Amino acid sequence: MALRKPPLRDVHDARGATFTEFGGWDMPVEFESITDEHRAVREEVGIFDVSHMGEIEVAGPDAEALMQRLTTNDVTALDPGDSHYSMITDEDGVIVDDTVVYRLPEGDEAEFLFVPNAGHDEQMHEHWTAHRNEWDLDATVSNATDEYAMFALQGPDAPELLGEVAEESILDLQKFEAKYATVAGVECWTARTGYTGEDGFELVLPAAEAETVWEALDCQPCGLGARDTLRLEMGFLLSGQDFDHEDDPRNPYEAGVGWTVKLDTEFVGRDALERVEAEGVEEEFVGIKLVDRGVPRHGYDVTNTDDVIIGQVTSGTMSPTLGEPIALGYVPTEYADPGAVVNVVVRGQSKKAKIANTPFLSD
Amino acid sequence: MSFDVPADRKYMESHEWVTDADDTAKVGITDFAQDELGDVVFVELPDEGDDLTKDEEFGVVESIKAVSDLYSPVNGTVVAVNEALADQPELVNDDPFGDGWMLEVELDDDSGMDDLLSADEYREQIE
Repeated sequence: MALRKPPLRDVHDARGATFTEFGGWDMPVEFESITDEHRAVREEVGIFDVSHMGEIEVAGPDAEALMQRLTTNDVTALDPGDSHYSMITDEDGVIVDDTVVYRLPEGDEAEFLFVPNAGHDEQMHEHWTAHRNEWDLDATVSNATDEYAMFALQGPDAPELLGEVAEESILDLQKFEAKYATVAGVECWTARTGYTGEDGFELVLPAAEAETVWEALDCQPCGLGARDTLRLEMGFLLSGQDFDHEDDPRNPYEAGVGWTVKLDTEFVGRDALERVEAEGVEEEFVGIKLVDRGVPRHGYDVTNTDDVIIGQVTSGTMSPTLGEPIALGYVPTEYADPGAVVNVVVRGQSKKAKIANTPFLSD
Repeated sequence: MSFDVPADRKYMESHEWVTDADDTAKVGITDFAQDELGDVVFVELPDEGDDLTKDEEFGVVESIKAVSDLYSPVNGTVVAVNEALADQPELVNDDPFGDGWMLEVELDDDSGMDDLLSADEYREQIE
């Protein structure tokens, strides 16, 4: 199957980016160097093309009811212009996807916009429409992924840069608030959200206007490589890697995002998750720091000090900020306390490691 | 993009270089290889005194995005290891044919050097 291309694929190519397949999309992985891009975001500002993320719009009288029944967080708590992080779970309480849900301003054609992960937009569109039909709700569901570009402007200087280019003030936006702002003459849904741990914004805009906005936000372009090292330093989940509905099924409590589950609402998976919440989990998502030298990677075994396999690394890298090897993964709860000594098996060699608090940068 | 391929050494298809010597040679990876790997963050090398066998693994180089095995271009014995790479693996990116060298090897009589690619042959492979 042909890879889907972000609107600016050729612009990035001309800029010298290298590309990788991600969720069925041909995305820039690196422009200059992953560490340079990473540092730009931690210390100044960088911009990511994240047009591979999905956009699903939900409208109509029962839009809120549909969103409430398919996501774990409480959408009734969202005022227009608010957003929150949420999970989409199956009947067994297993995470199908994670997402950010936006309640759009009154008067907008749609009431909600949510952002599934790369390659999940069609699946989520089907999931929403099937349940709408089953529950006989009055709501329209539109997969607008191909209509929009999405950029993430991230870093301590992001507010200043966007503030210079946006016609409306964006500095009044609090974290997880959003509004329409005109950037280089283009109306952008502008949210103070992001995936790097830094201050910054995510902009959803018409695909046809992507280049205008990209050029106006003139700063270090960053690829998926830096996006991964930045999110990993924060301990943020990556769909398909830190959880996978088929290959590594996890519930939100195991994955450390139980706070997104509002058991006083009704949603698919609620009853299963109520049981998990009451009984507790057997494994927890933890940070791991290697004490010995080496680089932990996805799929490497985690062992106890008797060399018995107790878990796996789901994500790992050499932290560009810390200069230390860090990882995320699942271990049994008895090994999950920060400071507990474990091993990570790096290409057959057992490397000493310790369970660590996340975000790693706060240590 | 054009890559540096010094004429005073020989090359493997797997992108290691070795200085063209009769007794003691240096070993590293090429400019092309470091560019393909991206930011090098870790290099695992053998110890001094270890024997190397041509075409067999002698270590690992890791960038943020990839892991790559290192293959010995020659038969010989490791007489020096570039200790600077432990703290500054980025030297492999910055200066792959100079400060980013990896090993110094005392060559066996049958070093296998003659089978390696010349600079021109290697340049053809990567272009």
